[in-house]
Amino acid sequence: MRRHQLAQMLIIGAIASAGGIAVALAIDWFPKVGSTQARDVDTLFDVLLIVSVPIFVLVQSIVLFCVWKFRMRPGEELKDGPPIHGNTMLEVIWTTIPALLLVGLCAYAYVVLGDIEEREPNTMVVNVTGEQFAWTFQYPGENGGKPVRSDQLYLPANRPVEFKVRSKDVIHDFWVPEFRMKIDAVPGITTEYRITTTGDVRNYPVVCAELCGLGHATMRQTAHVLAPSEFETWMARKRKEAETTT
Amino acid sequence: MTAALRAPGLPRAFLGGALGVALAYALVLPIRALYGLEPLLDGEAVCIVALISAPFGFLFGLGAFDYWFYWAAGRPTRPEDHSGHGAKTWRDYFRVNTDHKVIGIQYTVTSFFFLLVGGALAMLMRAELAQPGMQFVSTDAFNGLFSVHASILIFLFIIPVFAGLANYVLPLMIGAPDMAFPRLNALSYWLLPLGGTMMMASFLVPGGSFATGWTAYAPLSTDAPLGQLFFTIGVQFAGASSVATALNFLVTIITMRAPGMSFWRMPLLVWANFSTSLLVVIATPFVAASQFFILLDRALGFNFFVPDRGGDVLMYQHVFWFYSHPAVYIMMLPGFGIISEIISVKARKPIFGYRMMAFSLLAIVVLGFTVWAHHMFVSGMQEWIRVPMMITTAIIAVPTGIKIFSWLATLWRGVLHMDTAMLFALGFLTMFVLGGISGVVLAMIPVTIHVSDTYFIVAHIHYVLFGGSLFTIFAGIYYWFPKMTGRMYDERLGKVHFWMTFVGFNLTFGPMHIIGLKGMPRRVADYAEQFAGWNLFISIASFMVGLSTLVFVYNMVSSWRGGPRAEANPWRALTLEWQVSSPPPVFNFDRIPTVVGGPYEYGVPGAVHGVFDRPGEKPGEVSPAPAGGVATAPRKE
Repeated sequence: MRRHQLAQMLIIGAIASAGGIAVALAIDWFPKVGSTQARDVDTLFDVLLIVSVPIFVLVQSIVLFCVWKFRMRPGEELKDGPPIHGNTMLEVIWTTIPALLLVGLCAYAYVVLGDIEEREPNTMVVNVTGEQFAWTFQYPGENGGKPVRSDQLYLPANRPVEFKVRSKDVIHDFWVPEFRMKIDAVPGITTEYRITTTGDVRNYPVVCAELCGLGHATMRQTAHVLAPSEFETWMARKRKEAETTT
Repeated sequence: MTAALRAPGLPRAFLGGALGVALAYALVLPIRALYGLEPLLDGEAVCIVALISAPFGFLFGLGAFDYWFYWAAGRPTRPEDHSGHGAKTWRDYFRVNTDHKVIGIQYTVTSFFFLLVGGALAMLMRAELAQPGMQFVSTDAFNGLFSVHASILIFLFIIPVFAGLANYVLPLMIGAPDMAFPRLNALSYWLLPLGGTMMMASFLVPGGSFATGWTAYAPLSTDAPLGQLFFTIGVQFAGASSVATALNFLVTIITMRAPGMSFWRMPLLVWANFSTSLLVVIATPFVAASQFFILLDRALGFNFFVPDRGGDVLMYQHVFWFYSHPAVYIMMLPGFGIISEIISVKARKPIFGYRMMAFSLLAIVVLGFTVWAHHMFVSGMQEWIRVPMMITTAIIAVPTGIKIFSWLATLWRGVLHMDTAMLFALGFLTMFVLGGISGVVLAMIPVTIHVSDTYFIVAHIHYVLFGGSLFTIFAGIYYWFPKMTGRMYDERLGKVHFWMTFVGFNLTFGPMHIIGLKGMPRRVADYAEQFAGWNLFISIASFMVGLSTLVFVYNMVSSWRGGPRAEANPWRALTLEWQVSSPPPVFNFDRIPTVVGGPYEYGVPGAVHGVFDRPGEKPGEVSPAPAGGVATAPRKE
């Protein structure tokens, strides 16, 4: 009888898990992929989904199964369950398996973290400065030339970029959802992160993600990812502007 | 009239509060004159001092300190005749009362008042967010709404309501006549409404309420308008209340257990509050410190968070989260205790793996202090610390998992009584797992970098604090309602409440995972057009949660006034609080119980947890327990 019940529940659970995983993977969770980092992060999230769904389904099916099979029937008002106080074997199993699983996930996440923060050659530096309630972007000048300033973020496609992030007043957070990376802009220190843009030529929102005051919700700009040649044209024009204005 | 103003009570308390304000003027004006500050009368300076002096004046007037003053002044202290015990009319709930049962109800009802306030603020937020653009409030007012919403629900609902429930049932559960320090207990309660009133009053001051989130990150908070200080100082009162109660619980649990109640015979609710109290006394001083830094920077021009003057902005976050991460366990462990009680009683089975349940609580206490910087993965702190914090954060899911699996094993082959308390307990089990899983997902640094400060976090925190804590609170309220009020609640309305809450909750917070991952940041009054559909959906669902609360309030109020009388032990539970009448006698136990077995021996033929006649003594020969006397230490048997 008991074995039969357990088997019944496991079959229901396995079917539900498979269905759950299929649904979870079918859902489009993320914004568009705007950086090579985004692919690694999205894959990690998919793996987490595949691990999470069976655990979630396991708990739900046990609860629902118990409610279905073991609920009090009329006439059982004074009946008690069997006095089972524990089972060391089971307790060892449900301590060690989750522990191993979690350590495994941490190891994988550690590898992904290394990948997405790797330094690439030929990295372009952009200085990002946050203030209430706007970002400014500054491109260091080449060979002693004047730096270029812009109110909107322009980036070349297929290029590693490093953002050096600063703040003039309170804490902000520099985030382009499509890049999957963000970092706080902290008064007094310089923070940084790196991304490599994909080949897609698109516009993305630049979002302030850390509450920074009454204009926080409106602290939005645009990141323009341009084809490398177009980016060079834009940069040349901006450099000329910078040279002519003192 | 003068008699009323001289006797301890609310009239004298308001007089004391007014004198506190006068004291603030008397302190600030001469000091400003001496320093030659202009203008001499600075409303803000007076207000800051009054925020501290008026509450103390109120407490002095109320009589919270009377006994200690008499004692300190060498005047005869009134003999402890326990005239402050018990409540005969509703008026007694508005006085300083030393009865833990009265204080428990004061705590619980006050906390639920703040739940309604916090919930109403959430409704306003959802109304504003139903459509993109600004409709009802300004962006600044919106920032105030979510800041006060979170602060009130964390500091004045979840943390104190658990203290209130435990205040009522914990001394009963361990067979004690009261808490260890009844006067301190009364003081801890009265600090709460002061802190809460302060936070609500911040809406009335020039510049509006505090609007920097409940996290109040510097330097945004040190530059904020006056309302910020109502949070800064309000938290001190709520925190002091929390620490005093936790000390009280620790001493009560350690010294006042009934004879025979060893640590391994304590109900898990007692274990849970023991663990929680350890967390509170160790961690809460850190949040007090973080807010004192803000106060000193803001009011006295210190430079803790001014980088140009050697200040360190990240230091605030470290100190703040060193409290505020353990705080999520402060808001969860008592709930674990409640669920253990309910699941065992309603499934008619012993709790599965009792010792591991207790050890996992202690493991969470220890691990809870090693994970705080996972709130700071994108804060710009040193990078290496992220990996160890990721591992400890993931590992803390192991003791939590042990608890979940043990509850499931307790259900297995039980006889499940599916009443409202059990529904909320099972609702907790199913929802908290989701909060736990999204917690593990959030431990993974690369995912967190993308989703921190988004609605994914909002979803996670509500699955943990609403699907987790609030469900356990509702479960506990329904479970102990007969004991606390002596009345039965309406089971049908209870089930309506559960299903409305359960469905509404999932429809509200489930989609927040999606919009968060898609890129909607949290704490925004306005959002991009692409999120409009989901936000409208969430807003409508949230109003359903709001409506469900009205069902709950109606059920509680009408049942308390006119529900059928409750028996002493309607759930056939073994723990001691159910062995006395509902509501219990003024001094809890007319005879001191002796504990002879574990608290959850359901299904064991003839098992009892406590007896009222000591072994070896004939029934009836035992003299009544000395009322309010000191409980004897547990006997070795």
